[in-house]
Amino acid sequence: MYDKKVLEHYSNPQNTGSLDANDKSVGTGMVGAPECGDVMKLQLKIEDEKIVDAKFKTFGCGSAIASSSLATQWVKGKTIDEVAQISNKDIAQELSLPPVKIHCSILAEDAIKAALEDYKKKQD
Amino acid sequence: MPSRIYLDNAATTPVDPQVLESMLPYFNEIYGNASSKNHSFGWDAEQAVEQAREQIANLLGASAKEIIFTSGATEANNLAVIGGALYQKHNGKTHIITTKIEHKAVLDPCHYLKSIGFDVTYLSVNKEGLIDLNELKQAIRKETALISIIAGNNELGTLQPIAEIGKMAKEANVWFHTDATQAVGKVPIDVIKDNIDLLSLSGHKIYGPKGIGALYVRRKNPRIRLEAVQHGGGHERGMRSGTLNVPGIVGLGKAASLCHANLAEESKKISSLRDYLEEKIMQNIDHVTINGSTKHRLPNILNISFAFVEGESLMMGMPDIAVSSGSACTSASLEPSYVLHALGISDDLAHCSIRFSLGRFTTKQEIETTFATLQKTVSRLREMSPLYDMVKSGIDLSSIQWKGH
Repeated sequence: MYDKKVLEHYSNPQNTGSLDANDKSVGTGMVGAPECGDVMKLQLKIEDEKIVDAKFKTFGCGSAIASSSLATQWVKGKTIDEVAQISNKDIAQELSLPPVKIHCSILAEDAIKAALEDYKKKQD
Repeated sequence: MPSRIYLDNAATTPVDPQVLESMLPYFNEIYGNASSKNHSFGWDAEQAVEQAREQIANLLGASAKEIIFTSGATEANNLAVIGGALYQKHNGKTHIITTKIEHKAVLDPCHYLKSIGFDVTYLSVNKEGLIDLNELKQAIRKETALISIIAGNNELGTLQPIAEIGKMAKEANVWFHTDATQAVGKVPIDVIKDNIDLLSLSGHKIYGPKGIGALYVRRKNPRIRLEAVQHGGGHERGMRSGTLNVPGIVGLGKAASLCHANLAEESKKISSLRDYLEEKIMQNIDHVTINGSTKHRLPNILNISFAFVEGESLMMGMPDIAVSSGSACTSASLEPSYVLHALGISDDLAHCSIRFSLGRFTTKQEIETTFATLQKTVSRLREMSPLYDMVKSGIDLSSIQWKGH
């Protein structure tokens, strides 16, 4: 039923945990809702326009966990502009998500965008 | 591969070895058509079918002539609900009463009846999953054709007060059908004492084969008549045409007789294992809720929500343990369980629900292993859950404005 990559991320999720949300260099994005069955919290630590660290916590199905794990892997080392380009399609393709699980990849994209937005707000 | 543990007996059960053995000769030794009245091949098959009818009748307190074989409980439910309603229409009765927590095999026939002009009342259930008898009483009208209420719910195991419902139906002169697919063989059922007019059951939920089921159709006080749903050679007193599945019928008969012989003992054994699992979970894992009544419940089912852990991801974390979940992610519809919804259980807890259904072959060791794996997986996933984090730091989740999608 699941692609190997989903299972791999589910069994060995990368970058789980939290960063200090009060740190000015950390942007936090929290998307989804418990009644929808998934909530994703993604945090980015940004220095000189570059993502130097990323962490996530996810309540959701295996695909949601895999999508957030993959997203944190991808953002590390990239610039803010590069990260803003990551689309749910890339995530869905990489994990071979079936149509019913596409919303998990959308959630991951939304979480990245929400974290960037939070970071930008803090810089004002 | 580590050995797997099967705790999904409400989905289907393995065929009991004794059942399998009883069936084998009927594939290639005694292979006659039970409807062949003019040679011994047919007579031998017919004799086996009649014995099975007797065995099933014994389990239900019915007489053999009242058992109609079908392809399973879905067909039995369709025949009872649609066939019963269509017959009753001739008497000007066009109202059906059922519940919101029926299996789809009753709900969908009711939807169909509605589409052809019947009126359907769907009774609510309380937070334990039980109907209100007063509400039932008030729903009965002079044009009510049929009451169809599930005996033991497949998701929760909740047992409805079948005898009280039967009595009420009898007094009101309304036919009473019960989908007893999960309850048969696990709790005592007596169609006479319980005033049941129609009862559906399935082979593969009681250690018999798949593809065979039966409908009990009362012959006296009152005599129930159905309009056939499947037409053809007029088998089963015209109620269900189609060549009889003799090996399946023999297996169903044997399965029924094994249930009948061991019912009390087996239910006690299974419920004590189920209670043990429940106790271990309640004592060692926090933020858990049992769904459905714990007092009026089948012996083999435990439906429980592990808050902050999504059901499908929990099942993924226990790949060698077979269970079910009411989570939307496990359903084709992407909607969480309508049964849990009917109990007023919030969607977030429905997403976290797991159904453990034990069976005849479940062992204490399997329960120990299941609990240990469960505890480890819940704790791993909660470590990863932003919701658990928030609750631990004192945040009320209901106070948050979630951005759903």
